[in-house]
Amino acid sequence: MSKTILIVDDSASMRQLVTLTLNNAGFNVIQAKDGKDGVNKFSRDKMDLVITDLNMPVMDGIEMIRQIRSGNSHQFVPIILLTTESQEEKKKQGKQAGATGWIVKPFKPEQLVAVAKKVLG
Amino acid sequence: MDISADTFKEEACDLLEELETALLELEETPEDMDLVGRVFRAMHTIKGSGAMFGFDAASAFTHHVESAFDLVRDGKVAVSKPLINLTLTARDHISTLLDLDGPADDGLLAQGDALIKKLREMMPDAGENGTGQDASPLGEPNDARDIPAVVTFRIWFKPFAHLLSTGNNPRLLLDELRELGQCSVVAHTGDIPDLESLDPRSCYLLWDILLTTDKGENAIKDVFIFVEDDCELVLEPVYDDRKDEAEHKPPPSDVRAPLTEQEQIKQQLRQKKEKAAAASLRVPVDKLNQLVALVGELVTVQARLSRHAAGHKHPELVSIAEDVEMLSSDLRDNAMSLRMLEIGSTFSTFRRLVRDLSDEQGKAIELTTSGGETELDKTVIEQLKDPLVHIIRNSIDHGIEAPGIRKEQGKPPAGSIHLSAEHSGANVLIRIKDDGRGIDPEIIREKAVQKELILPGDDLTPKQILQLVFAPGFSTAAQVTDLSGRGVGMDVVKRKIANLNGEVALESVKGKGTTLTLKLPLTLAIIDGLLVTLADNYFILPLSSVEECVELSMSEQNKNRKKNRQILNIRGDMVPYIRLRDEYGITRDEPELQQVVVMRVNGGRTGFVVDNVIGSHQTVIKNIGNAFRQARDISGATILGDGRVALILDVNKVLEV
Repeated sequence: MSKTILIVDDSASMRQLVTLTLNNAGFNVIQAKDGKDGVNKFSRDKMDLVITDLNMPVMDGIEMIRQIRSGNSHQFVPIILLTTESQEEKKKQGKQAGATGWIVKPFKPEQLVAVAKKVLG
Repeated sequence: MDISADTFKEEACDLLEELETALLELEETPEDMDLVGRVFRAMHTIKGSGAMFGFDAASAFTHHVESAFDLVRDGKVAVSKPLINLTLTARDHISTLLDLDGPADDGLLAQGDALIKKLREMMPDAGENGTGQDASPLGEPNDARDIPAVVTFRIWFKPFAHLLSTGNNPRLLLDELRELGQCSVVAHTGDIPDLESLDPRSCYLLWDILLTTDKGENAIKDVFIFVEDDCELVLEPVYDDRKDEAEHKPPPSDVRAPLTEQEQIKQQLRQKKEKAAAASLRVPVDKLNQLVALVGELVTVQARLSRHAAGHKHPELVSIAEDVEMLSSDLRDNAMSLRMLEIGSTFSTFRRLVRDLSDEQGKAIELTTSGGETELDKTVIEQLKDPLVHIIRNSIDHGIEAPGIRKEQGKPPAGSIHLSAEHSGANVLIRIKDDGRGIDPEIIREKAVQKELILPGDDLTPKQILQLVFAPGFSTAAQVTDLSGRGVGMDVVKRKIANLNGEVALESVKGKGTTLTLKLPLTLAIIDGLLVTLADNYFILPLSSVEECVELSMSEQNKNRKKNRQILNIRGDMVPYIRLRDEYGITRDEPELQQVVVMRVNGGRTGFVVDNVIGSHQTVIKNIGNAFRQARDISGATILGDGRVALILDVNKVLEV
């Protein structure tokens, strides 16, 4: 049974790339365009993993993580941050909000799949 | 990957537009941190995604600009006009870099470096922050240089209680370790409290692990990379001592218990849900055009069906034909609406133009817009841009006065240009209004005489004089400037708008300002036409300009002919008319009673004499091809229900001819 991953990014090209990569690796992917959209979609279906950008309009990634973590169903699902170079400060905030791990942009498709497999088992 | 790169390019265009808008707004409200956020976010996405889709130069350059704005966001640098100017230039540079097909040449790179240098100079202590010292956690092995031989490590892994709530799963980490080599794990369960005080979300275990591997220490650290801040981790090589090896215990699988109960629901839900529908969809314009063309064909066939049904007087057939007519008309409107775009984005591109031009000329000009949500056919919008640029340039160049002059005249020092769009029936009205010096009819008259467009003695109304602005080769600028003097005058604007089946109207009050109104059809592919006949020929007149139809008897025409005039008295209003029969040399079967279609053309009323008015007709416009390019007064053709061809008249051109 393939796992479902929610990709939250305001960049359509990034969503497309992540989706393509993860689909090829056999995952189901659902897309959301910002944190708010992400929270909505997260509450609608059960996700096995959330991959999220940090800087987004409407609701940023950190606030989304907080909301997911303080929700009352599946709140401990793994959440991976997409960061650029080392936004150390942002990464720290993300971790404090409850992120599971991170992946640094630009990344190769294999790296993305490796991270997904790492936290999904 | 290529699809993604294309998507990225489209997206980058949007982002650059957004960047520009945000920067311009920021200039006006420099304190607005939301705007700074928008600027930052747009650059951030260009940078992050750019590198992934192979736009390395653009990404690297954007990185530096973004770093500068990071300082702005942190409040360390204030927003200033020079900063906005520089950032706008940088934005253009990014755009250039993104448009490149190959790698950037040295010239471009040097240009970029110069920009970055200038930007750095504006920063207080431009530190090199964030230069990517930390590569991806799961990249290539960090150092492949010293892979030791087989080493046994002792790993002491004690997660903090909250580890599970970060979504990390110790069991998976242990599984990962097992993949590295021979591994034995002992779980210490001594810290587990009694059931009552046990919090299922907390982790009470610690693990003692022995791992024999040839992958090196870094590979082990990589396993724990996400949790290193959430646990105590001790890692030490033990070369010989294997005596601690204890019995294998499976790691506690209880941690997944809260999740497993959901497994079943998940499966059910998954069947129910489809991929979340995207809020919008990008479709190639070609496909849309094809759809519109097909709908056009359908409308033609439907007209045939209706005609057939009416002839057969078969009640059921008539009812079906009526249904088809209704459906195809809905379908037509729907298909047309797909091609509609809001004009707002076009409006906002002018903000930059106005800003740059007013800066250049030392004028203060405020651009306001309204009705940006008004939708127009994509083709119309695209072809509208040039004329609008020209009109706005004219306003800035000739219309708005310098601040000093404005003050003398009791006007606010900043001039204003207002762009508005609104619906008006099947048309959209676009107005460009400025509060500048207006057009002086006397100057226009002088110039027109000078250019031999009129004779010195010609008696013209002020309105007619204003119309001279649209005459070919007319330019009122005392000297040709860089802005307006590009060899295009208002005649080009008029022609371009006319090509879109639109009209231009000009109003101006000396000293108060000028308003140009562009009247444009909603769409170019299908128009509502009035079907008329001349002998056995069919013609279509654009219904939107038709005001009324009146009868004209042969005897009245003969009376007029004797007086050598072609004027009709309609309720006291004198309306000149044109006999289309004469225009097209049709002489046979002239009926005793003819019809005059009175239309609004070029701001006046003109009658067109035809044999018969058949009625309104949904006209699918077909191009008549280059062979008939000479027939300037025919803008196209359409196919009628019975397969006959009707020519669509361009009434403006008929008057010119």
